[in-house]
Order: sequence, then structure tokens, then C-alpha cells
Amino acid sequence: MTTALDKPPAHAAPARTGDARTLVDAVFRAREAAIGGALVLLVLGTWIANPAFLDSQGVKDLLLNASILVLLAVGQSVVVVTRNIDLSVGSVVGLTAFTCGDFVSGSSHGPVVTMLLGIAVGALCGLVSGALVSLGKVPALVVTLGMLYVLQGVDYALAEGGQINAVNLPEAVLSLGSGSVLGIPYLPLIAALVLAATAYYLRTYRSGRELYAIGSSPEAARLAGIPIRRRVLAAYVFSGAVAGLAGALWLARFGTVVAGAATGWELTVVSAVVVGGVAITGGTGSVWGAALGALLLTTISGALVVLKVDPFWEQAITGALLILAITADRVVQVRTTNALRKRSRR
Amino acid sequence: MSPLAKLLRWDSVVGALLVAVFLVGTGTTDGFADTANLSAALNDIAEVALIALPMTLLVVAGQVDLSVASMLGLSSALAGSLWDAGWAFELIVPVCLLVGALGGLLNGWLVTRVGLPSLAVTIGTLALFRGLASVVLGTKAVADFPESYAQWATYTQTVPGTFIPYPVALFAVLAVVAAVVLHGAGFGRSLFAIGAQEDAAYFAGIRVKRIKLALFVVSGTVASFAGIVYTLRYGSARADNGFGLELVVIASVLLGGIDFDGGKGTLGGAVAGVLLVGLLRNLLTLNDVSSEIQVVVTGVLLIASVLTPRLVAVLTERRHRRAATEPVP
Repeated sequence: MTTALDKPPAHAAPARTGDARTLVDAVFRAREAAIGGALVLLVLGTWIANPAFLDSQGVKDLLLNASILVLLAVGQSVVVVTRNIDLSVGSVVGLTAFTCGDFVSGSSHGPVVTMLLGIAVGALCGLVSGALVSLGKVPALVVTLGMLYVLQGVDYALAEGGQINAVNLPEAVLSLGSGSVLGIPYLPLIAALVLAATAYYLRTYRSGRELYAIGSSPEAARLAGIPIRRRVLAAYVFSGAVAGLAGALWLARFGTVVAGAATGWELTVVSAVVVGGVAITGGTGSVWGAALGALLLTTISGALVVLKVDPFWEQAITGALLILAITADRVVQVRTTNALRKRSRR
Repeated sequence: MSPLAKLLRWDSVVGALLVAVFLVGTGTTDGFADTANLSAALNDIAEVALIALPMTLLVVAGQVDLSVASMLGLSSALAGSLWDAGWAFELIVPVCLLVGALGGLLNGWLVTRVGLPSLAVTIGTLALFRGLASVVLGTKAVADFPESYAQWATYTQTVPGTFIPYPVALFAVLAVVAAVVLHGAGFGRSLFAIGAQEDAAYFAGIRVKRIKLALFVVSGTVASFAGIVYTLRYGSARADNGFGLELVVIASVLLGGIDFDGGKGTLGGAVAGVLLVGLLRNLLTLNDVSSEIQVVVTGVLLIASVLTPRLVAVLTERRHRRAATEPVP
């Protein structure tokens, strides 16, 4: 990997860059380790308080609940890394869940067709958002907020007040949501596959690294000859496609879908990404972190239920943890910067 | 700026659209221009309009507050539970406003002292405030507010001699205040400076942190006040009041030509954006257009609001370039 990103900053003494880079690497690895650690502590603590939390049904529920959020977080972080945002994902999930449900209801289509349809519809939504953002050169937040409304409206208009019922869905589609292979349910398996593939791509491929370069400094990326428009467009198409897949899985998992399903999820997804250490200002973070963030948020709500914490407290606790996480991240960041500055001065 | 360029600015376009919607509505729809309908239409967007004012100042300064609708809910839940506990309404209002100010202080502190991006901070407090709202009131609804209080917020009661309901009148007053703050004094220029280039503003001697903190406090306070208006208007205090309203407020402000990247926009544009959304929705409702289509219209308008100035810029640039390359006859 020899992208602009890996080059040492100009003011650092050449002999020390190896040092500095290891330190930065260590800190970011520590960042994900910290979320992972918090997750382990949370799971252990809850398990000690109530062993039912980790029986096979408990684990299954936890994984099933997390899968869709993990998928969305993976897609979102690819966009956020480029210093953009996709607020329309909640609407995309709702729309694809409904379209897929409508398409397969009363038919004999299988899960593969459902997922492919979801991916296609989602990618189309992402293409529109991405084209508006990258070709129109306009703020992503405004465009995707607009898309949120447009897609939500389309979803409601398609539904015409009706809903998708589980009884009309082919058995094969429903079994995608409830079935498992070797004891592992399909949903987390799919989420893990997408996660691993995305992580591998972002780390290994030149175009993946370029997404980080774009987020770190769009101007520098442009001067370095990176095709910014094409990369950002691709990031949105990917985010849309993954959200579409999530919509298809949503249908398989819940069976019954009303129009406007998953509305309001966009902010939960952004929360998961931010908790996972993907900076909202672009350029840093990994999909592993984002997935851990999603898992952490899901586990917190699961644990609160098992611990019989008043459900009214759930959201307040989630909010407080989110603030805590970004504060901790910031503190670590400031410390690293200071440490690096000290090293380069020596 | 040439007069033509000024006319083509997006906030002027929104103003023109607003007038067009009004004229079309008056011409095509019976009852649209009735004072009773206009009162209702304006009052329907009272909370969005109120919150949009501090939001405009925030966005001009390059910040955003996504926690406003949750603060509205928290304030409503608090008002409900205190009323349930037998408090006097005259006492409940200042308590709610204080909580709003404290919430804003928390946002502002995290943004200015800890140095976090406001988008991330306020997504956190969005969950936190909404959570606290449900802790305060649970899933209960408190609805036994006396008519003497409710009449201040409903559109049946208007400022004597006019068709303007009290919340709208208050909005009008605050809009003038906000316009003076943003365009009439050095403070407003500081906001534009912060939004355009924060570091430059700092080195120019603008007290960036203090100003940002103040903006968040005002935003929280106004949001909590909107919570009281909302509660009285619907006669119901609930923890989930105003759910999702933050996006409507931001959509209205951005529609009015306030640049989300900060440093650009006019208060008039923001007010026109708020009113445009309100009047358009009312007009569509009167014409039996479903609420789904209304949502789509809002979304399309929002996208158009960022694309149009961009397209105009591209076209102008192209024309200039062509003019420059043309041989002189």
C-alpha cells in the first residue's frame, strides 16, 4: 500500500516515522479493542447477573437483532469515511422490505431472488443519492435528508395503506430469517460475510484506500489524481445496496412489514458508526469498529431487558454511552496528537 | 452583487415560490385564503417555525442541533408530570425553560470544550433527551390542561383584531429579533465568519467558543418552549411528542437557502422556507393530496434547494467562459 495516506507527515523526522506510525496504529487498534473490551465486559456482567442471557436462544436473539444494524453500519461507514453521510438508509430499508415483500408475496420465489431484488432496489436508491452528491457537488446531509423524505413517500404510496403479511410470503423466504446452518442463523452469517469482504476491500485495494484519502483531505485527494466523484458515487451505491440487502433480511426476519418500517433508523446507524470510532469528519475508522459499535448498541438494549432495567431508561442510557464514547475517542485523539508532536520535536 | 444575481439567489426564489403558492392557493382552492384557514395553517407549524430561528443561527455558524425535537419531547413530558403532581403552570414554564437551557449548555459544552463535532454530539443528546423524556413520563399521556392555558396555543384564539394566533405572533417577534441579530449587528457578522472559517474568525478576535455555547443554550431553551406550545396546542403531554421533528426543522431551514456548510444564508430565506413548507402542506391537504405525496414534495424541494444554486452557478460560469472566448467583432 503506497497511497498518500501512508506517507509520513512532512514535519516528522524521517528516522522516527516508523515509531510514530506504530503508535498511531496501536492507538487505533486500541480504540477497537476498547469497544470490544466494553462489549465483553457488558456480556460477562449481564451473563453473571442472569445466565439466561447467554443460553443458545439468548445468543441467537442477540445475533439476529444485531445483523441488520451491523449491515447498515458497514454501508454507512464506507460513506462516512469519505466525509459524507447517508441519512436515507432507514427509508431504503423500509422501501426495499416492502418492495421485496410485495414481489414475493403469494409467489414461489426463493430467498436469493428476494435478496437480489433488495440489493438492486437499494443500489438504485444509492445511485440517485450518490449522483446528486458527487455530480451535483452539494452537501450530502441535505441531499440524503431529501432522499429520506422522497423514498419514505414512495414507500407509503406503494403500500397504499396495506401491509405485507407473513402468511403470504413463501416459506423459503421466511426460513432465511429463522433458519440456520451448523447452528449459526443465516442473518448474522450474511452480515459477517459482507463485513469481512468490505473490511478486506477497504484495507487491501487501492480504491478502498482512496476512500480514506478523500475523507482525510478532499483537496489533497483531488491533487493526487484520485477520481473523487466516481469513488463517492460508488460508496453511495454500496451503502444503498447493503441497505437494500438489509431490507430484504428485515422482510425475512419479521415477515410482517408496514410502510415506513425502519423509519428513524438512520440516526441509530450513524450512532453505531460513531460509537465504533468512525469519525464523522471522515478519513478514519474501520468497518470492524462500526460493526462492533452496532453490536454494542444492540447488546446494551438486550442486556437492559435481561437485567430487567426499566425499559424507559434504555434510550437515555444509550444516549449517555454514545456521548461517552465520542468523548473518550476525542480524548485519545488529542493525547495521540500531543504524543506525536513531542516525538517529532525530540 | 448585481441585481439580477440577487434576484436569482435561492432565498429570493423561495420567497417568490411562497408568493406563488399563496396566489395559486387563493385562486384555485376555496377556503385557502380564509383567515381561519391561514391561522390554522400558520399555527400548525408553530413549533417548527420557533425552533427554526435558533437553528438558522446555528447552521450559519457551521453547527447543527439534532436534539431539538427530543428537547421538545422532554419539555412536554416534564410539563405533563409536573402538572400531574399539582404544580402551577406558571411555575412549570420556567422550570421547563431552565431544563432546555441546561440541555443546550450540555450540547454547547461538549462541542466547545471537548471539541466534538456538533452532529455527533447532538445525535447523542437526541437519544439522551428522548430517553429522559420517557423516564419522566413513561408511556403516559397527561391531557387535563385547563382551557385557560390551552387557548394560548390553539388557533381559535388570536391576537385581538388580527387572525394571528399567539404562537405565530411570538414567532413573528422572535423572527424580527433573530433577523436583527443575524443581519443588523456585528454579532451576526461573527456568526457568518465562524461558519465560513472558524480558525480565521478566532484569529480575528471573535470569541468563537462563547458564541457557539450561547447559540446552543438559546436553541435548547427555544426547543423547550416549543415543547410547551406543542403540549398546549394538542392538549396532550407525551414523551414522544414531536418525534422526528428535528429533520423537518432542518429541512425547512435548508430549504430557505441556509448553506449547511455554514457561512451563507439569510434569515428571511429561512422564514420563507418554513412558511413555504407550511403553506404548501396546507394547500395540498385542502386539495386532498395524501400526506405521502406531501412528504415527497418536501424531499424534492429540499434536493432542489441545493441543486438549483449549483446549476445556476455552473450555467453562469459556462456563459462567462463562452463570452471570454468569443472573438470581439
